[in-house]
Amino acid sequence: MFAYCTDPASLDGLAWLACYLTTGKHMAFYASFGTVMLLLAITAPTALLFGFGGAVAARARFLPLRMLGKTYIAIVRSVPDIAFFLFFVIALDQGLEYLRLLALCPDWDQPVRQGNDFVVCSAAKLPSNSAPQWVHEVYGFLLAMFTFAIVFGAFAANVLFGAMMAVPRAQIETAEAYGMTRAQTFRRILVPQMWVYALPGLSNLWMVLVKATPLLFLLGVEDIVYWARELGGSVTPRFSDYPHGDWRVWYFLALLVFYLLLTRVSEIVLERLMKRLTFGQATTGGMAA
Amino acid sequence: MSCVETIADYALRSIGFGERLLPREGYTLCQQFTLIGSGMIWNIYFGVLALCSGFVLAVALAVGKASANPLFRKPAEWVIFVFRGSPLFIQFFFAYLLFLSLKNSYPFFGAFTAAWAGALVVLFLNTAAYSGEIFYGALRSIPRGDMEAAEAYGITGWNKFRRITFPTMLRLAWPAYTNEAIFLFHATTLVFFSGFPAWQQRGDALYYANYFADKTFNPFVPYPILAFYFILLTLSVVGLFALASRRLNRHLPREARQKLRLRPNFLR
Repeated sequence: MFAYCTDPASLDGLAWLACYLTTGKHMAFYASFGTVMLLLAITAPTALLFGFGGAVAARARFLPLRMLGKTYIAIVRSVPDIAFFLFFVIALDQGLEYLRLLALCPDWDQPVRQGNDFVVCSAAKLPSNSAPQWVHEVYGFLLAMFTFAIVFGAFAANVLFGAMMAVPRAQIETAEAYGMTRAQTFRRILVPQMWVYALPGLSNLWMVLVKATPLLFLLGVEDIVYWARELGGSVTPRFSDYPHGDWRVWYFLALLVFYLLLTRVSEIVLERLMKRLTFGQATTGGMAA
Repeated sequence: MSCVETIADYALRSIGFGERLLPREGYTLCQQFTLIGSGMIWNIYFGVLALCSGFVLAVALAVGKASANPLFRKPAEWVIFVFRGSPLFIQFFFAYLLFLSLKNSYPFFGAFTAAWAGALVVLFLNTAAYSGEIFYGALRSIPRGDMEAAEAYGITGWNKFRRITFPTMLRLAWPAYTNEAIFLFHATTLVFFSGFPAWQQRGDALYYANYFADKTFNPFVPYPILAFYFILLTLSVVGLFALASRRLNRHLPREARQKLRLRPNFLR
């Protein structure tokens, strides 16, 4: 990075630290903060979409659909989310490969599960064996993202379901009195009004989502936890120009501070958003404003 | 090997009794049920101990945060902020590494590098912070009339806290606290996936479920078994807390009691 970094052994103090913190691996570490932000930026809207679907399903008049929606919401309450993460990453992968097997290899006659192996034809492998490294990484990231969206979609479905129930009954009745159909009432009255009731729950959900991002590490993505472990572990002069002892505790302290800052900033932003949205609304917050 | 033998071998495997080696082949349904159930011992151990010890600190934190004296308020606010504002996963990692480096200078901390003590400390502080915030919210929503009535009767100081403030706070916080208890039990599954090593493969339910999923490459058996155990656990937690809730609200007229019915809230 800097010109004087060519011979790290001769450096000490701040100059050494400046060189140490700008090595290629550290740059990858900083980039992985971007991975976390990217995950948040993609997962939040996707989960909201899943949640919307779940909430609508849970309110459906068609019984099997309603059961499906309610089960989807209820099951996350009882089972630890990390179990879902570990489950879905393999299950989605195998599911996709199985679907591709049905589509691409019609003359495949062996069972898919052979003892302790999951076997599909090579054309159905995802990503294919010849694909470059970055395809594997993107595929892993997408699987992780989808898993997050499924789990947090269920949380969001619960919040949105509650918000739909919270819209004053009189509003719906007025819409019906004007002769709107069920779909029209839903589109024009219910959905625009539910957001203010959903916001406290959704901000809580955002906080939970932020705090769930380190679990990416368990899903095999090279995220900040992976790099903190990698970089913090002690290195001998043989393997690195920057030998040091076990510094993992400092790296994890940095992650701790990063997350504290992230949640603090989110808190402030969400508080302002709430103030803005409740302004003039017939809720306790709006009345006070 | 019959299922009874498997149960005899593996039912207490997670705490070090019975067969030393984990199953290497077959991976029958019976083996998976027994071993994952054996792991639940650790989830219950962490959950129950952290909940009981955390309760005491949580009340102290809530009273501290509501106190007018900044000497009490500031530390309580910071503890709550730090433990609620950062991921539990990172806290586990950080605590493990911290105990590891402290062990070098003070051998006393050796015990804390093992999960049974180290992870318990983290869970204890974590649940204390979350419950502390819940109790603080409840403290602030105690009806003013209740306090004024107490003072009118000449009940003040410690007596007022013990007989009016504390029971009312608990009553108001109970639905949210039930929720926190459920999430604490879920959080216990993270212990053996963070820094803390599972010594001699003595792990919790998720550790064994993950072991089977890795070995058989089939997630559709062990994880549903784990889900089954956790649904049972969640139902019993909800049941126990509902009993306590009935006792806390026994003085209220019936219709008021129904209004306080547990409204499931899915988020921590």
